Amino acid sequence: MPDTITIDAKDMHYTPLNKKIREAVNDGAKEIIIENVLGQRFIGNGLRGDDVEIKVKGVPGGDIAMFMSGPHVTVYGNCDHAPGNTMDAGVLVIHGSSGDATAHSMRGGEVYVRDDIGYRGGIHMKAYHEKRPVLVVGGQAKAFLGEYMAGGILIVLGMNQDFAVNERGIGSGIHGGMIFVRGDVDENLLGIGAKKEQADMDDLKTIRIYIEKFADYFGFDSDEILKSGFTKIVPASARPFANKYCWE
Amino acid sequence: MCGIISVIDRSRNKMNGESIKNALSLMDERGSGEGAGYAVYGVYPEYADYYALHIFYDDLAEPKAAVEDLLEKWGKVEYDEEIPTYDQERLKKDHTPWRYFFKPDGSFFSGSTEEDSIIHIVNKINTEIDGALVFSSGKNIGIFKASGWPEDVANFYRIEDYEGYIWLAHNRYPTNTSGWWGGAHPFNLLDWSVIHNGEITSYGTNRRYIESFDYKCTMETDTEVVAYLADLLGRKHGLPEDLTVKALAPPFWDEIDKMSDDKKELYTALRMAYGPALMNGPFAIVIANAEGIIGFTDRIKLRPLVAAEAGDRLYISSEEAAIRRMENNLDRVWMPSAGEPVIGRFNK
Repeated sequence: MPDTITIDAKDMHYTPLNKKIREAVNDGAKEIIIENVLGQRFIGNGLRGDDVEIKVKGVPGGDIAMFMSGPHVTVYGNCDHAPGNTMDAGVLVIHGSSGDATAHSMRGGEVYVRDDIGYRGGIHMKAYHEKRPVLVVGGQAKAFLGEYMAGGILIVLGMNQDFAVNERGIGSGIHGGMIFVRGDVDENLLGIGAKKEQADMDDLKTIRIYIEKFADYFGFDSDEILKSGFTKIVPASARPFANKYCWE
Repeated sequence: MCGIISVIDRSRNKMNGESIKNALSLMDERGSGEGAGYAVYGVYPEYADYYALHIFYDDLAEPKAAVEDLLEKWGKVEYDEEIPTYDQERLKKDHTPWRYFFKPDGSFFSGSTEEDSIIHIVNKINTEIDGALVFSSGKNIGIFKASGWPEDVANFYRIEDYEGYIWLAHNRYPTNTSGWWGGAHPFNLLDWSVIHNGEITSYGTNRRYIESFDYKCTMETDTEVVAYLADLLGRKHGLPEDLTVKALAPPFWDEIDKMSDDKKELYTALRMAYGPALMNGPFAIVIANAEGIIGFTDRIKLRPLVAAEAGDRLYISSEEAAIRRMENNLDRVWMPSAGEPVIGRFNK
């Protein structure tokens, strides 16, 4: 078995495609290149293997790297909805933009998006013991960023843009985790249960490693990025809806 | 769920149905094989002055005779024929589709517009003649739909045999009502056609409102109110297309509060006048008429919508990959903001 396997996904349904990927991993492949991807969902779904690298060329369908635990996936194209959905471990690097609910319910691992993401980025990301998921977005994020967020770190940089986030409902219902937005965020854009602070030195130390990786993947200068001010958005309380749904 | 895709060629270069069939089939995952359909504009140039009535017949005896009596009474049928279909293994032919090229008799409808007379005829057939359903009634427009997977419905009608400068296509995942031929999208009335992914949770309010203007809901699904609302606001009330969208999916009051005075006045008036036309719930919609296409989502973006351009062509779809199945060399791809219309009009 060679270390590198190339799969031509032209006109292939995602079920046989995922089967081929899993077979290649089981056979010991360390690098899997998938050509002519167009609309196939669930690529790398539930895949394990810490030393496996997957290169996806084209525009995959939704839920790429869903439940994935270990591999390093790089996409050369835009992603559809929910890349990194409930990902457990590993890395997803997207050389393009991605759709709504990017990093949906992520519970571990890292997702890096070079350009923009859609609505509800990082919705219900969570953390547990040593597991702390991270989403870094190079461009802009649409409304309801970090909705119902329960843990993890979300970073939006707005590179080459006037602002990183300019839409409503940031951190709506957030009750854990941290959202870092480069530059300032209008108070009116915060969702129910969210509050903003100026990121301090400790915060910058926390996000430095992820900014450095982002800069490395996409060719930016991390020191330049880290020189900018960051707004930190965190839960106003651990139970944002205590008075909405509960009566004591 | 549900998958939608549409394309307009702004220079009116015609496209046949082959490539949109392939694009819609790429989104098979978004449907359940219980409904798919296609709308094509510019399809009947030889009968461009006639209303093309597409009708599903349960059988070719009584309902057909009743419809033809009515059409002869109220106007003239220039030509009619069974819409050619081709058996598909997985598609059960529940109805026989027929088409009439029809012109209403002006004297019979003195005092109302020709369009209103067509609406009257469509309503009458759909509510009073058992076993007949008009599902397409525009000039130079054809809807082709059935219960089945996108590729089967396309092959059933040999959709590649038709060509036009606007195409809409829809793959249905029925949720609140059952899958049947009349419930497949696109929905059409006159030159309005609608494809929709999502649910209109305000359907009850919208239906009561639209029925007070004598539209009749007969398709057992929420989407048809969008076609009638578009006709009411766009044609009868003469609202420009962007304001029609802003009436159906208006800005929030807290956003209106922050607007400049003149905008605040406009959007307040729009919300007050068209409160019962406001559509709630998750949706992504494309509406077409003879002037072009317009796509938009609900105000908090609970359904996907992607737009792209390549030369004179504008594409709007649930998924970028479907657009790339039609045209991989795109000049621009973007995600429209919630409630913001994407408009594709013909070049002047």
